[in-house]
Amino acid sequence: MRENTRFSIAHLVRDPVLLFLVLLVFTGLILFILFPLYKIFVYSVTNNEGRLSFQAAIDMFTSKAYARPLGNSMLLGITTGVLATLIGYIFAYALTRTDIPLKGFFRTIATIPIISPPFILSLSMIFLFGRNGLITRKILGIEDANVYGMHSLVVVQTISFFPIAYLTLTGTLSKLNPAVEDAALNLGASKARIFRTVTLPLSVPGILSSLLLVFIQSMEDFSNPAVISGSFSTLSVEAYRTITGMYDMRGGSLMALMLLAPTLIAFVLQKYWLAGKSFVTVTGKPTTARAQSRDPKLVWPLFAFCMLVAAIIILFYGTVLVGAFVKIWGINFSFTWSHFKYVMTLGWQPLRNSVILALASTPIAGLLGMIIAFLVVRKEFPGKRAMEFVSMLTFAVPGTVVGIGYILAFNDKPFMWTGSAFLLIMAFTFRNMPVGIESGTSTLIQIDRSIEEASTILGATGAVTFRRISLPMLKQAFFSGLVYSFVRAMTAVSAVIFLISPRWNLATISIFSLFEASKYSDAAAYIVVMIVIIVVAIGGLNLLVGLLGNSGTVASGGNSERT
Amino acid sequence: MEATVSVRDFSARSSNVTLIHLTKKFRSLDGSGEIVAVNDVNLEIQAGELVTILGPSGCGKTTTLRMIAGFEYPTSGSILIGGRDVAMIPPNKRGLSMVFQSYALFPHLSIYENVAYGLRVQKLPAQEIRERTERALELMQLTSMARRFPSQVSGGQQQRIALARAIVIEPSVLLFDEPLSNLDAKLREYMRDELRKLQKRLGITSLYVTHDQSEAMAISDRIVIMKDGCIQQVGTPREIYAYPHSKFVADFMGKANFINVNVLGMEGEAVGLGGRESGWSSEISAAAERAARIEMEGRQFVVPQPGAVAPKAGKALLVVRPETLKLVPLGESASEADLSAGGARGSPGIAALKGRIDRFTYFGNIARYEVSTENAPLLIESYNPGASQILEEGAAVGIVIDFESARLLPADEQEHRA
Repeated sequence: MRENTRFSIAHLVRDPVLLFLVLLVFTGLILFILFPLYKIFVYSVTNNEGRLSFQAAIDMFTSKAYARPLGNSMLLGITTGVLATLIGYIFAYALTRTDIPLKGFFRTIATIPIISPPFILSLSMIFLFGRNGLITRKILGIEDANVYGMHSLVVVQTISFFPIAYLTLTGTLSKLNPAVEDAALNLGASKARIFRTVTLPLSVPGILSSLLLVFIQSMEDFSNPAVISGSFSTLSVEAYRTITGMYDMRGGSLMALMLLAPTLIAFVLQKYWLAGKSFVTVTGKPTTARAQSRDPKLVWPLFAFCMLVAAIIILFYGTVLVGAFVKIWGINFSFTWSHFKYVMTLGWQPLRNSVILALASTPIAGLLGMIIAFLVVRKEFPGKRAMEFVSMLTFAVPGTVVGIGYILAFNDKPFMWTGSAFLLIMAFTFRNMPVGIESGTSTLIQIDRSIEEASTILGATGAVTFRRISLPMLKQAFFSGLVYSFVRAMTAVSAVIFLISPRWNLATISIFSLFEASKYSDAAAYIVVMIVIIVVAIGGLNLLVGLLGNSGTVASGGNSERT
Repeated sequence: MEATVSVRDFSARSSNVTLIHLTKKFRSLDGSGEIVAVNDVNLEIQAGELVTILGPSGCGKTTTLRMIAGFEYPTSGSILIGGRDVAMIPPNKRGLSMVFQSYALFPHLSIYENVAYGLRVQKLPAQEIRERTERALELMQLTSMARRFPSQVSGGQQQRIALARAIVIEPSVLLFDEPLSNLDAKLREYMRDELRKLQKRLGITSLYVTHDQSEAMAISDRIVIMKDGCIQQVGTPREIYAYPHSKFVADFMGKANFINVNVLGMEGEAVGLGGRESGWSSEISAAAERAARIEMEGRQFVVPQPGAVAPKAGKALLVVRPETLKLVPLGESASEADLSAGGARGSPGIAALKGRIDRFTYFGNIARYEVSTENAPLLIESYNPGASQILEEGAAVGIVIDFESARLLPADEQEHRA
C-alpha cells in the first residue's frame, strides 16, 4: 500500500504538468468550495467575540420561526420530487418505450425549462392566476385570487424540474434491456403484468435517483419561492431575508447549514447508495430502445398526456412572451415596445455584466470540468477520490449556502474579493463544473484507455495527449459542459445575490428587483431578451466546438468495427 | 502486402532488451495484501529478435509488456533497452512503439494523420513527415484509404494502420499486446504471417504478448512461457514443444498425456542429438545424451531422449503427446499378441496398453479419441482420419507408445500426495 502511494507520488513528480494540474485543482477546490463551507460552520458556532458558542443554534432550535422554513422546504421538496418524478417517468416511458408521434418535439419541450432564465414560470403564474390573472380574473371572474403560496410553488417547481426526472429516467429506461421484457412476454405475462413485475422494479434505482435530484433542486431553489411563496417561507429565502433584512449573519449562516444538511444527505445517497445503478446527468443522450410498443391503447393516452404537459409549458412560456409586449397586464393589453426600451436603457449594464461574467467563466468551468474528469478517470495520484467528491459536491450545495459562505470567506484579508468580478467568476466556475465533470467522466470511461497510451508511446507528453487526443474525443461532453455552465451563469440567482456590487450588478438580480417593484412586464421583457442571448450563445458555442476537431459522429463510431 | 518500398527506407535502430530481476507488486483488491504480478523475471532479447511471452490470463505477461512500455513502473528490478536503464523513464521518452489489442486508433483523425501522429509529436520537418508517412502507408498498402477515418475501414485494415503507425517512428523496440485477438480466425492467420514477414524484413526487436500458443509457435524466434508471474521456460518453439521443462509447459503448449512411471537409472548410450541436429540449445543436447531406463506397469522400457529435467531415479512423469500415440483396433478376444502387432514386440522402445474408447470427436483433419486405460485416461489424436478406419465409442483398443518422442519430468508432488 505504502509502496503504491510512493510510486504515484514519484509518478507525479516525473510529470510536472500533471503535478501542476493536480495542485491547481486542489487549490481551487479547497479555496472556493471547502473553505467557504468551513467558514459558515465556524461562524455558526462562535459568538461575536469569536469564541465557541452554541447560543445561536440554541436560539434557533427553541424558536419556531426557524423550524417552520425547514419544514416548509422539506415538504415542498418531497411534494415536487414525487410529482416531477411521476411526470418525468411517464414522459420518459412514452418517449423510450412506445411509438408515440412527435418525439422530437417532446424532447425539445422537455429541455426548455432547463435552459430558461429564472422567474419565468413564476411570472407566468402571476400573469395567468394572479389578482389580475388572465385565467383567474378574465376567464373565471375571480376577484381575489391568491396566487402566492405553496400551491403555486409546487406547480412552478414541478414544471421546472420534471426535465431532470425525465432525463434521469430516460437513461434508466433506455438502458433497460428489452430482452428482459421479451422474456417475460415469452413466458406468457400480459403487458400490464410485465410493466408491474419487470419494467417498474428495474427502474426503481432511476426513480429514487430522480426523487433525490429533484428534491435537491427544489430545496436549493431561491428564485421561485422568493417571488411567489407569499407567507409560505422556505429556508433559502428565509436565510437571504435574515441576512439582508435583519442583518443577522449568524442566523442566516445557521439556516444555510440547515439547508445544506438535507441536500447533502440526498446527494450522498444519490451518488453512493445508488452508485452504478443509474446514470445521472442532465445531458444524457436518449437512445432509441429496440422494443417500442405500438399498442394504440397505450400510445394514445400517453400521447395525450405528453401533449398536455407540452401545452402547459407552451402556455407558460407564451404568456411571458406576450406579457413582454403589453402595456399593463390584466388592464391594458395593447402592444408596446416600452418594456424592451427599459431593458435596453436602465437594464443594459446588468445584462452586459451577466454576459461578460458568463462568457468569462464558461471556458474556465468547461475546461476545468474536462481536466477533473480526465484526472479522475485516467490518472493515479494521492487524493483522487477526495478530488472527485469535492468537485461534485457543488451540485449539492445550495446557491444560498455558497453565497453566504463566500461573503464570510472572502470579505477579509487575505481574500478581499467580495463584490469583485473575479469572485463572481469563481462562483460561477465552481458551481457550474459538475455537469462537465459528469459527462466528461462517462465519456472517458467509454473510451479505450489504450488510445491515450498509443499517443504517449508515440512520444507525446501528457499535455499534448490531452489536447490532441482526449479533448477532441471529449467534444460532446465538453460542449454540454460549456452550454450548461453558460446557461447556469446567466440564470444564477441564489448565490450571486449575496455577491453582487453596484459595479457588478447582474441581469437576474435586476429581474428580481422588478418583481419586488411589481413591474412584471418589464421583467417579462428582460426574460425574453435573456432567452434570445442564451439561444444565440448556445448556437455560437456549438459552432466553436465544431472547429475543435472532426465530426463527433466519427469519434463515436471508432469502436464500431471491433467486437 | 507486396511492398514496393525498400526495406532500407526504415532504418531499424533496433536495440536489445534486458530484464533484470523485474518484479511488480500490486495491492490486492481488498487492500489486505500484495499480489505479485511479475516475479523476478530475467530475460535477454537480442536486437532484431521476436520474442513472445505466452501464458494464461493473469500470468503477468501483459504487466511485463506494460513495464517495458513504461505504463507501469516496476516495484524492483531494471529494464535495459540498448544498455540504458529505462525503468523510471516515462513511456513517451523511451522511443518504443506498441500495437494494442484494440488497435487504439485515434477515432477523430484520418488514417494518414493516425500514421503521421508520432512524427508530428516529434516536430519533424513537414517534408520528412510527409515522406515517411507516405512510405509507411505504402508499405502497409493503405495509400488508397489515407483520407478515410478508422471507423470506415475493416478490422484487418485497422490492424495495418496500427502497425503502420507503430513502425513509422522507427522504434528501437516494437511491442505487441495480443494484436490479433480481435480478428476472425482466417484473417488472424494471414496477418500473423504478414506481421512476421514484416518484422523479419525490418529487423525490429519485437516483444509479442499472446495467450494463443499456435500464434506464438508461428511467429516467434523464441517463446517465454509465464505462469503466476514467473518465467517457466524460455526457448525456441521447437524446444518448448519437444522438451517441456514442466508439466505446466507440456500441458499449455499443445496437449499432453502424463503417465506415472519409475526411473530405474540412466544409460550411457549417447543419442548424440547435439551433433546430429542443429538448433537445439546445448543444455538440451547435453541432457539428451543419456537415455533413461524406466518401469511402467511392471515392465521396463527405455526413453532415449528423456529431456534436461528428467529425474535420475525414482518417481517421474512420462510425457506423451497425443499425436505420437497409435491406436490399434482389438477384437473382443484381444490378446497381447494382437496388440503387439502394432509395434515391435518386446522392444524396450515401444510399449502397448489396452483401453476402451470413451469419446470420439471428429475435426476433419484430426480424429481425437479419449481412451480409458488401467493406468490413466489418454488423449490420442490421429491425423488424416479419412484415410484410416474410424473407431467407434466403446470399442476396445490397443495403444502403442513410441518412447522415441516421449519425455520425462519430475513427478508431480502434489498429485502424489492427493
